[in-house]
Amino acid sequence: MVCESLVREGVEVIFGFPGGAVLPFFDTLPQYPHLRHILVRHEQGAAHAADGYARATGKVGVCLATSGPGAANLVTGIANAHLDSVPIIAITGQVARPFIGKDAFQEIDITGITQPITKHNYLVLDTASIPRIFKEAFYLARTGRPGPLLIDIPRDVFIEQAEFHYPNKVDLPSFKLTLEGHPAQIKNAAELINEAQRPLIIAGRGVIISGAYAELKELVEKAQIPVVTTLLGISSLPESHALSYGMIGMHGMAYANFAVNGADLIIAIGMRFDDRATAKVSAFAPHARVIHIDIDPAEIGKNVRVDVPIVGDAKAVLQKLNKQVTPVQHIEWVRQLDDWRREHISTNIRDTQKLLPQYVIRQIYEVTKGEAIIVTGVGQNQMWAAQHYWYDKPNSFISSGGLGTMGFELPAAMGAKVGCPDDTVWCIAGDGGFQMTIQELATIVQEKIAVKIAIMDNGYLGMVRQWQEFFYRKHYVATPLTGPDYVKIAEAYGLPGLVVKRKEEVVPAIQRAMETKGPFLIDFKIEREENVYPMVPPGASLSEVLEEPKQEAKKAKIAADSAKLPVSNI
Amino acid sequence: MTKHTLVALVEDKPGVLNEMASLFRRRGFNIESIAVGHSEAPNLSRMTIVVNGATTMVEQVRKQLDKLIDVVKVSDITEDDIVARELALIKVKTTSSTRSEIIEIADIFRANIIDVGVDSLTIEITGDEDKISSLLNLLRGFGIREIARTGCIAMTRGGSGASSTEKRSKK
Repeated sequence: MVCESLVREGVEVIFGFPGGAVLPFFDTLPQYPHLRHILVRHEQGAAHAADGYARATGKVGVCLATSGPGAANLVTGIANAHLDSVPIIAITGQVARPFIGKDAFQEIDITGITQPITKHNYLVLDTASIPRIFKEAFYLARTGRPGPLLIDIPRDVFIEQAEFHYPNKVDLPSFKLTLEGHPAQIKNAAELINEAQRPLIIAGRGVIISGAYAELKELVEKAQIPVVTTLLGISSLPESHALSYGMIGMHGMAYANFAVNGADLIIAIGMRFDDRATAKVSAFAPHARVIHIDIDPAEIGKNVRVDVPIVGDAKAVLQKLNKQVTPVQHIEWVRQLDDWRREHISTNIRDTQKLLPQYVIRQIYEVTKGEAIIVTGVGQNQMWAAQHYWYDKPNSFISSGGLGTMGFELPAAMGAKVGCPDDTVWCIAGDGGFQMTIQELATIVQEKIAVKIAIMDNGYLGMVRQWQEFFYRKHYVATPLTGPDYVKIAEAYGLPGLVVKRKEEVVPAIQRAMETKGPFLIDFKIEREENVYPMVPPGASLSEVLEEPKQEAKKAKIAADSAKLPVSNI
Repeated sequence: MTKHTLVALVEDKPGVLNEMASLFRRRGFNIESIAVGHSEAPNLSRMTIVVNGATTMVEQVRKQLDKLIDVVKVSDITEDDIVARELALIKVKTTSSTRSEIIEIADIFRANIIDVGVDSLTIEITGDEDKISSLLNLLRGFGIREIARTGCIAMTRGGSGASSTEKRSKK
């Protein structure tokens, strides 16, 4: 029943790990040769792999674990998918029905545990309901704001026989969906856009999920509106586009943050005003009216006051909005942004012989010609990858945004590569996060998944160390960490690896990784105490950006310029 | 901080109450009262939830509740014209000298005496929160043994109401 339902939903890959409660499933699996099962080494890896697969392909990712500890190990991955709106289905085994609630061996209340971190979950008590539940779960995962669902199946429910009826459509009267956007609000939005002097679009992951690339570009070009993105909105508009001003937020581009500060109209599309993006909310976009387009009504007005709320799918709403927007130019505003960008080259890389992580990322961009899918860990490596690679290809940046899950990188890259076998997938890891899910190297080798791995190895939990340097008097507690010899580890697992200690070795190593068929690991021994700039200190507003020390002087001038901006009168 | 009355229609399934309650917990709301029972539609339960909180926060919780798949509809009826009632059972200490006085008080409140013991009386009262509180205040002097309150249930006046299931029933 389960396998048949998966096939009906077009599932091709399952990332899983067996155990007592799911043995009946594995017994049936060989009868379905089109369902590829990838055996992970830890269930967390299965959930992240399904997540990476789903983000890269736009399809629903599937992971599977047994009851008890297996199910519990999925939890971090499910929470990660929940916060970043990623459609995954987690199937868990459960103890047989007569044992439920008796604290049986490997019993855990996984539906209770995952209730706040799933869009919805099911405990299947009747075998005949499996097809309906799978139909509903896949529908819910991919419809509206995507998200994870969990289906918990007791061992005896797997075994029981029932007639298989796969429903054609779902019957969920309580599931509300607004896709089109309210015409009156769209009209209001168009009016604000047509009047604005200094409009700015903040594009989030919703643009990518909705596939609204062309619609976004049309709006940007028609009304000459500059675009900044959230971390997960990266690659919603090609970063080489003249009106693309990079990422905002705590480690966003200084000029992007100044743009938010100076704008008189914010058009937020498919983003949720996360605190890392807005910095101090009370000082966020102080001169601006706000239009917020989001498919989830609960996101509107949650963190930031909104003037024009539009609930709907980004693509559908933008199509309508674009028709009502009049072609205009904002020459002065764009010139101002270009001046800021010139004066605050946030993506500058210091000219030094030292091995800088920023340089490594830039060379990966150069060698891959920007055509790779980049999957990052969390921390400094993530921010450098976001800042120093140019994302022109849609949906080419995959990262754990909301939950900030270290250890996401390797399994997620694995999932992305399985979903997009023809793309080059680079996993940008930190040495801290990499050691959290290092076991998936075995999965990569066993399943011949050609992920290229770059470890930004500084022997620190770098982002935490940076905070200790800035805010805790360089009191480096619990951040220096040792690691194994990663090249030997790679060899032991059966994949080739290289260590890079000098700048001139960077490009040849990346080239060698690209030329090698199959997976490849490079351990970049980067400058140990390199920091991520720009940085907005916690509690500060977006305009209070710390830049690389030598640029501090220039910053004062910008603050002055920015203060001179007239307050919006529309 | 103001008092809000929310009315929710939810699927009659195990776990729904838990889902709702945990959302309030996560947002740091103390539920003042919650009352659950059948509604006019089969398989749907009706909940009346009274909470204290800032209007924007309550609105956020209402939207989050509305996202739950098993929740059909949630409305904040605080600003509407509503009837709200609560039922309370109050067991009061009595002596032969106080009994008649207590019965008189109960009569004034149109409450019923539903049980009489040697040294106690049990009073049933229905009304809004204020009415029940004032009766309790009067009885406190006699000594209260036990109180059981149902929590508020509420409905909008006239018309089809904020939580109408008519549309759904037609399906």
